[in-house]
Amino acid sequence: MKKINKSTIFFLIGAALVYVIVQTLASLKIINTFWETILLLAGVMAIVSLGLNLIYGFNGQFSLGQYGFYAIGAYTAADITYRWTQLHSAEGLTVVFFIAILTAITIVVVQKAVSKIRGLDTLSAFAMYLAVVLAAIFAAVKLGQLVANPITALLNLLPAKTAQMIVYVIAIILGGAIAAEVSFLYGLPILTLGSDYFGIATLGFTIIVKVLLDNSDTMLGFQEMKGARGMIGIPKLTNWTWIFIFLFLTIVFIRNLLNSSYGRAIVSIREDETAATSMGINVPFYKTITFVIGSFLAGMAGGLYAHVNGFLHPNTFSFVKSFDPLIIVVFGGLGSVTGTVTASFGWALVLEGVLRLVLPDGFETWRYVVYPILLLIMMLLKPNGLFGNYEIPFIRSIVPPLKDKANNEKKSEEVA
Amino acid sequence: MMADNKNKTPILELRKLCRYFGGLKAVHEVDLVLEAHALNGLIGPNGSGKTTIFNVITGIYEPTAGEVIFDGQSIGGLNPYVINQMGIARTFQNIRLFPNLTVLDNVRIAYHPYAGYGMNDAVLHNGKFNQKERELTEKAQDFLRVFNLQDRQAEIAKNLPYGEQRRLEIARALASNPKVLLLDEPAAGMNPNEATNLMELIHFIRGKFDLTVLLIEHQMRVVMGICEKITVMDFGEVIARGTAQEVQRDKHVIEAYLGPGADELSKQYLKEKAK
Repeated sequence: MKKINKSTIFFLIGAALVYVIVQTLASLKIINTFWETILLLAGVMAIVSLGLNLIYGFNGQFSLGQYGFYAIGAYTAADITYRWTQLHSAEGLTVVFFIAILTAITIVVVQKAVSKIRGLDTLSAFAMYLAVVLAAIFAAVKLGQLVANPITALLNLLPAKTAQMIVYVIAIILGGAIAAEVSFLYGLPILTLGSDYFGIATLGFTIIVKVLLDNSDTMLGFQEMKGARGMIGIPKLTNWTWIFIFLFLTIVFIRNLLNSSYGRAIVSIREDETAATSMGINVPFYKTITFVIGSFLAGMAGGLYAHVNGFLHPNTFSFVKSFDPLIIVVFGGLGSVTGTVTASFGWALVLEGVLRLVLPDGFETWRYVVYPILLLIMMLLKPNGLFGNYEIPFIRSIVPPLKDKANNEKKSEEVA
Repeated sequence: MMADNKNKTPILELRKLCRYFGGLKAVHEVDLVLEAHALNGLIGPNGSGKTTIFNVITGIYEPTAGEVIFDGQSIGGLNPYVINQMGIARTFQNIRLFPNLTVLDNVRIAYHPYAGYGMNDAVLHNGKFNQKERELTEKAQDFLRVFNLQDRQAEIAKNLPYGEQRRLEIARALASNPKVLLLDEPAAGMNPNEATNLMELIHFIRGKFDLTVLLIEHQMRVVMGICEKITVMDFGEVIARGTAQEVQRDKHVIEAYLGPGADELSKQYLKEKAK
């Protein structure tokens, strides 16, 4: 019972080693800022891609909306820390906090109510959700503004560094939460679509978010986001330690989820939706929950990303870029956590790092020519992706050995 | 054997069930009563609406009109997963396993509604998770033993030979703990020997799991061999029902299978043969 698996120990040791080595090399300045930033971007990309792998690789929903949720998480978290460091107010924190909480509560309540109505079509359900959620947001904003000053005073009692760290971590989690809630609402009407149509609908989402962000100062009224000029003044708080913690937790979370009955239910939908629903799997529920979890990870990664460079621009989240996680997921192997993490680091190190250094001066942009060629060669050689279905032993679900019970008398009545 | 001592209450009942696809009446006013613990057959030429009936019963299609009564409740138009959890399981005409998962996982997925732990337990991998997961796995492995698939548990389902895939599909359907099992052409593509084994298997599981079975089949040897009552369909309507002998002599059935006038010919043939 209390025995810990060998593979778990290996994984923990391996993870600790990776962390310590990178941390020492960085502190000894062997890894310079350029490479450290690339490592941070790789970690962020790994979390985004793990979310997408959950949606596309394990649940079989072809989604192009991952970058939309990534953007939502990034801007949400950035706005909270911006208000804290630049405006010295916890207003962003409290408002977003209440939005996340109240929206979650209303969604759960409405879901309970809606599930009792038989034969309700999706669009009416969607309208109900939307109306109630908007009311909740309105209430949350008022509530958040009300408690903003006391909370600011409370946080100011703490040492400045600690307070900032608390705000930063909560901001990232709230970024994920907001992205998850938006994904729930957006997924409601479109998750019934077949996979290609779902892809188009989610691509549309990425474009909507990009356009909104381009006009965030005028249309949405967030002056500090500065619309298409790009948001500046975000504190650069993300470092290797935070990236490592979040990536580690994400990997363990996904591993635990997949190696459970819930994970099997999620995968069964990818394998055969009709068979899954005929076997008692609540297909709409698991599609939604997977989409929401995947988007939560995207939003969280967005929050981390916002604090890497301290600068956000809507062009980072354009729909062309939204193919990056898709490429990583397919490249690493659909349905392989190991492959996705490896491919993310490979993608960042090769595309942003090695090619930039290898290509002669003035030819840096040619990396966008070299990189697709590399991809092409790779896909021709290994059509199932780098790792295919392979997982390291820690993540792979083990088939438990058969217990050798005294089955001999049972066997006699078995039908061959 | 056991069927006689059971009281003959209907467990599944179709009342004037209709399912139209535009102008096509795939199923038209079908009445069907399935008594508890019965083993009944549903036959008919291709396109006569047999699989459509299965799809309506299991909730894949909504009925256009009419009712499906299961255990005294109307289940027409409910979600397929709800219907499965109420106690109706099925297999498919063209095998629909979860092809890239292991044999064990195929069966464990059917247990999912009875997993007994929440998503939070799953994410934390806590003690409750470990205990319930072990129970669930052992139950699934016991199931595989019944179907003699225990040595295949780690194998990927799509790599199994055809006969074993069929067996696994039946095992998976039974793992969801049904009261009624709908088998859609279980003997399709089987040789006579395999079909005989399948007939024995169906008899065996009916006794072991206290099931009511309805099966669609084209191999007459299988249908006539094991079904207590047979319903014959043609063009979406029931044309005959009764025991194997009754159905075989029915004029409408012969004409549906062999064409109009075939009834006369067969009578002539039988007369000549008698001489």
